[in-house]
Amino acid sequence: MLDLMSGFVAELRNAGLPVSLTENLDAMEAIKQIPLEDREAFKWALGATLVKNAAHWRAFETVFEVYFSLRGPEYALKDDEDAGDFWREMQDQMRQGEGKGGAGAMDSLTQEELMSLLMRALMDGDQAMMRALAKQAVQRFAGMEPGRPVGGTYYLYRTLRNLDLDNMMSKIDQAKADDGQMPQTDLERRLENDEMHHRIEQFKQEIEAEIRRRLVADRGAEAMAKTLRKPLPEDVEFMHASRDEMQNLKKALYPLTRKLAARLARKRRHGRKGPLDFRNTVRHSLNYGGVPAEPKFKYPRPAKPELMVVADISGSVAAFARFTLMLVYAIQGQFSKVRSFVFIDGLDEVTDYFKATEDITEAIHRVNTEADVVWVDGHSDYGHAFEVFWERYGKDVGPKTTVLLLGDARNNYHAAQSWVVREMKHRARHVYWLNPEPRSYWNTGDSIVGEYGSHTDGVYECRNLRQLEAFVEKLA
Amino acid sequence: MGNRFDSVQAVRDGLKKVNYLADDGIASVAFLADRLGKPVLVEGPAGTGKTQLAKSIADLTGARLIRLQCYEGLDESKALYEWNYKKQLLRIQADKNSDSWSEVHDDIFSEEFLLTRPLLEAIRADDPVVLLIDEVDRVEVETEALLLEILSEYQVSIPELGTITAKQIPLVFLTSNNTRELSEALKRRCLYLHVDYPDMDREKEIVLAKVEGITEHLADQIARIVRSIRQLDLKKAPSVSETIDWARTLMLLGIEHIDAEQAKETLHILLKYQTDIAKAAKELSSDK
Repeated sequence: MLDLMSGFVAELRNAGLPVSLTENLDAMEAIKQIPLEDREAFKWALGATLVKNAAHWRAFETVFEVYFSLRGPEYALKDDEDAGDFWREMQDQMRQGEGKGGAGAMDSLTQEELMSLLMRALMDGDQAMMRALAKQAVQRFAGMEPGRPVGGTYYLYRTLRNLDLDNMMSKIDQAKADDGQMPQTDLERRLENDEMHHRIEQFKQEIEAEIRRRLVADRGAEAMAKTLRKPLPEDVEFMHASRDEMQNLKKALYPLTRKLAARLARKRRHGRKGPLDFRNTVRHSLNYGGVPAEPKFKYPRPAKPELMVVADISGSVAAFARFTLMLVYAIQGQFSKVRSFVFIDGLDEVTDYFKATEDITEAIHRVNTEADVVWVDGHSDYGHAFEVFWERYGKDVGPKTTVLLLGDARNNYHAAQSWVVREMKHRARHVYWLNPEPRSYWNTGDSIVGEYGSHTDGVYECRNLRQLEAFVEKLA
Repeated sequence: MGNRFDSVQAVRDGLKKVNYLADDGIASVAFLADRLGKPVLVEGPAGTGKTQLAKSIADLTGARLIRLQCYEGLDESKALYEWNYKKQLLRIQADKNSDSWSEVHDDIFSEEFLLTRPLLEAIRADDPVVLLIDEVDRVEVETEALLLEILSEYQVSIPELGTITAKQIPLVFLTSNNTRELSEALKRRCLYLHVDYPDMDREKEIVLAKVEGITEHLADQIARIVRSIRQLDLKKAPSVSETIDWARTLMLLGIEHIDAEQAKETLHILLKYQTDIAKAAKELSSDK
């Protein structure tokens, strides 16, 4: 048990969770209090003591599943158990059949029968049946072989391709119509749809979990945990985020902006004490018979900076630009004015899109679809875009303005026109450049971030939310 | 350490009796908090029953609830203790002639002149108490340090009096809306519990338990609609308390079965931003 726990904690640390020694000890203490056969409570005991941040919960769950999913009720690790034994055991378990509906006899079913069983289970929301079906589906379609060095996603893909879940929705609709239990109103139909999506999603997760279980059994927990290790949301790189990760990023962004806004507002109010406010002090001294017992100070209210965001939204860096714009607009209360411009090789102002609606996501959508940013061929041309910016909006850049330039500075070997940035620097309060590329890629190939950067107040690497957050805090 | 609960299941059943429907996580962590004698830090979106959890636990264990509401600028004189200086002054003046200075000095820093504030009160209580430190993320980082001694040792040090140790270890709940990252030191001393929006079935049960006379059918519909709305990309998703308010409203209006029109008309109870309402209304009337 001790070995298992220390392996588990080490893996959590590898996944990036900060687990301290005391927390580790607490966890040991906690699991002593929990009856070991209560799996859920066991998991929560570990979670409550080791994970102190809701965003890290998913990483914890994955590691937990890998380390404890297959262990019997006593959570003992049997080292001598080889894969072959395990496979037989799995099959035995399946034959014993959990759930109703004769799951034990599933091996002999044809694919059609299996599919109709699945459809029934989805329609009735029969969890046990769905679990049994997930097992059966993985066994039948994934074609897993012990020792084969293929990732879980491959097996998942194979299983899902055979199940054809996308068509399942329409089939279910069809079946319902046949049964004559089609909901009448739009609202009900929609709710019904949501419910089905939810169940199919659940089923997919069952399959994923099943595949992971089998892989763990095959390769051992440590190796598996390594392949499953995913970066925490704040460490996901903007430029290489998958669709799922993007979703998680978006979810992480909202609480982050709230935190950031609260922190900035606090910073603005506190920690600055000005010179003595003579008038106020004298007025208060009247309470004490003219003795200035209570000195009053002036609290300067520093002017909020004016912000101009100029962002490259060409393919490679679009996601980054989107996130920065979302972040900036979510905390726009901290700036006196925010104007935003987007470009590829042409440049367009998009401030109005954000003004027209309160909904940032919608504004971003309009930026992507409506902004006029293509001049010649739709490949990034920083030089031309900057020239246009300077020509049209240069006069608006003043001593209160902070200019943010976003992009990887991959200029496709066009003319750099870096004089624009130099001029900006002269006129503006600050000019910063944010680059979503890793620092080691800068100034390689057609990247000329160094040439632009030398005219700015600083070039910052912004590959993930953590870095972006740190920069924005510095800015306001 | 305490033994208020026999098992995780006992916590769960007990909470159900006082009308709080806990899921596995909540019940397990509450159980552990008692067994390990550690405070619980409860985090999660607003309106998911964080504060209610502490109240219900107090209810369940028959303990007195002592609540410290945190806000910016909270200091030790409001959280821990304060010397009753007016009384001290009176004492000095009353005895101007008779006592020597050292006697007075010893006297005015005795318990008689101590004003206890929530934290100290919880420590000194003879009867069982549940201490609720609400919205701890509102205090400044520096003020957090005030809590550390209490949370790890269950004691308060008063320079003039010495250290006051707890007679019995109270159950302590801290809630946070996550508007800022709490310090590592604080987190390390606590068990952590993240309370999220409940899943559909649990929400339905909550509605059934909290709203009297509601039909199963209506509760089911409400839970489904709320789930659909939460899936939208909103500024502020509806909280559990808002769901309950909505259910009550529908009951008052005498609605047995919600259709799209009625849902749209009462959406402002679930959602508080105009853009959110518009978006949800649009989504509800169109099917995917």
